[in-house]
Amino acid sequence: MGSLRLSRVPAVDTALKLSAVAAAMFAFVFVVMVPLYNVLCDALGINGKTVNQAYTSVPALIDESREITVQFVAVNNDGMPWGFAPDTRVMRVHPGAANGVVFKALNPTDNSMVAQAIPSVSPSRAAAYFHKTECFCFEEQVLAGQSAADMPLQFIVDQDLPRDIHTITLSYTLFDVTDTATDRLASR
Amino acid sequence: MADHHGPAQGISRWLFTTNHKDIGTMYLWFSFAMFLLGGFFAMVIRAELFQPGMQLVEPGFFNQMTTLHGLVMVFGAIMPSFVGLANWLIPMMIGAPDMALPRMNNWSFWILPPAFLMLASTLFMEGGAPAFGWTFYAPLSTTYAAPSVTFFIFAIHILGVSSIMGSINIIATVMNMRAPGMTYMKMPMFVWTWLITAFLLVAVMPVLAGAVTMMLMDIHFGTSFFSAAGGGDPVLFQHIFWFFGHPEVYIIILPAFGVVSQIIPAFSRKPLFGYASMVYATASIAFLSFIVWAHHMYTVGMPIAGELFFMYATMLIAVPTGVKVFNWISTMWRGALSFETPMLFCIGFLILFTLGGFTGLMLSIAPADFQYHDTYFVVAHFHYVMVAGAVFSMTAAVYYWLPKWCGRMYNEAMGKTHFWVSFIGFNITFFPQHFVGLAGMPRRIPDYALQFADFNMMSSIGAFIYGASQLLFLYNVVATIVAGKPVSEEKVWDGAEGLEWTVATPAPYHTFEEPPLVPKPAGTI
Ligand code: HEM
Ligand SMILES: [Cu+2]
Repeated sequence: MGSLRLSRVPAVDTALKLSAVAAAMFAFVFVVMVPLYNVLCDALGINGKTVNQAYTSVPALIDESREITVQFVAVNNDGMPWGFAPDTRVMRVHPGAANGVVFKALNPTDNSMVAQAIPSVSPSRAAAYFHKTECFCFEEQVLAGQSAADMPLQFIVDQDLPRDIHTITLSYTLFDVTDTATDRLASR
Repeated sequence: MADHHGPAQGISRWLFTTNHKDIGTMYLWFSFAMFLLGGFFAMVIRAELFQPGMQLVEPGFFNQMTTLHGLVMVFGAIMPSFVGLANWLIPMMIGAPDMALPRMNNWSFWILPPAFLMLASTLFMEGGAPAFGWTFYAPLSTTYAAPSVTFFIFAIHILGVSSIMGSINIIATVMNMRAPGMTYMKMPMFVWTWLITAFLLVAVMPVLAGAVTMMLMDIHFGTSFFSAAGGGDPVLFQHIFWFFGHPEVYIIILPAFGVVSQIIPAFSRKPLFGYASMVYATASIAFLSFIVWAHHMYTVGMPIAGELFFMYATMLIAVPTGVKVFNWISTMWRGALSFETPMLFCIGFLILFTLGGFTGLMLSIAPADFQYHDTYFVVAHFHYVMVAGAVFSMTAAVYYWLPKWCGRMYNEAMGKTHFWVSFIGFNITFFPQHFVGLAGMPRRIPDYALQFADFNMMSSIGAFIYGASQLLFLYNVVATIVAGKPVSEEKVWDGAEGLEWTVATPAPYHTFEEPPLVPKPAGTI
């Protein structure tokens, strides 16, 4: 194998080189596969993943010729006791225009809790064209026991949205992350 | 060299041995024990599915049985059995005195039994054994797993290390220990297929180790690789698993291809047809196996372009696979055929593996797979390729080389009975599963709708027949070793070719301490 010699014994040399390959493949999973998957999903909107950061809007014309139906879905991950629902379930918007919707959250328990909303857009091809300028999903949400809150979402549908897409569904799943959030605080 | 002695005596012979034949024997017996254990789990599954409704076991326990059955069969029975075969045969086939790294060889075997002991012991732990399927998808295997999952992860780590060490040894042996004149293109096909398999193992076992390490971190160290709440993604698990998993199915089948390529020419009394094309086909299959993994994930919501890419790439694998099948048939064409037990198992392999390849092609059609996915049709597919493929060829290998190993001939009538009972039992078990799968019966369920009752009862009866026939196999092998008719010709089979048939029968403890003369290219008579 090449001119690089790791040992004078040929078999040991082969074995050392192959061990290096095995170690590299183990590292490959962590340093290539995981980041690559996340980058690809964000860039292509695979799995309906949306970008997890506020979008800075660019000045653009509003496309009055098209109306897109945007539907909102809110679900709780299993065991999550909060009330969680959008104030409007369906909205008709023009590409390029800024829109807003408010999600209502209610913590019916007696304890303060932390929640994280995870978005998903369907059809997944639309994810790259659905821009959020403000979203409660960018951060964890803390709610004291027996209290409610309004959580805003501001979004723009891109003018370049493919012509054949007429309806976009935005779904949020609300996860209870109280345990991990307190663990993180405790370890600080 | 100082070690011109026979084996040491007693238990220390086996504990400390660095002899490739001893280690091969231990691998073979260990894998047979795992085959019986995994087979026992399968019998529990089929007994429960004998009738609709819940009869014998709890649903949770049923899931533990399907999970352990798959894990034990893939990692405990099939993979180690072929490593055992490689240990016995590769040095003898290339004219080497032993494996290149004998002490590492000892380690790769001896860490296996503890790993499987640990895996089996999860059955007795709080919350039971792993119940998330042999594919251990997150979050079933993370958020919702029983505490025993940690032991499962550790077991996977150990057997991964064992496989990697075993394959490094095989590559080092083939690359450095061939007798003078044994060029790569003269090597027997079995050596070729194992060389390529070993490269696959070195490339993907670390990926499997990475996947279980991420699970471990998610479960115990607060990371969120596979948890959506923390910004991870469960679908990522499936990509990593199948990036390992698809090459893994070829790791299982390539050595089987090698075995069949040795045995069919011997009983056709003709050289292997298309030796070079066999080598290139094996290499192309190995390469393609890295770019088709998402055919197990058509239904997760991939973009259309992805579905199409993985569909066409998967279909492409059928081409080199077809080359092999045609080569085996051409080898038999106008040969002086005889039908001893090893040949019967190889012909059984040829027919049934091809059937499994066809159902694979059906599954590779993305739009059709939306119907087939996670049904019994998939179960039928992979049992045709793994049992009738890998296990049949392994069985053929044992009958073929056993006389060389122990200097005694097995009972041919019993061997043929074993074949026919296996062949019929196997088909009664798995053929009906195509039908119930197409009709919509999901896999991995302990109970089913009434319309599937008849076919399931057939399946269960077939499974008991197939299972029982393996006991006949065990009896035949033990009876041969203890009291079989002695054979002493070097070439036990008149059509057999290769260096392993030039040493004495039974094969002496040490062979080829002086490198042999390599006479003719592999495959010529
Ligand atoms: C022509 C060759 C083959 C093709 C085109 C093929 C295609 C496929 C496809 C598309 C699936 C996914 C089905 C689904 O989950 O919906 C599948 C499953 C499977 N195949 Fe194959 N296959 C081939 C050969 C093999 C071989 C040689 C083996 C192993 C020796 C194998 C083992 C498996 C296993 C174990 C599964 C099921 C995994 C699971 O979900 O538990 N296949 N095959
Ligand atoms: Cu596959």
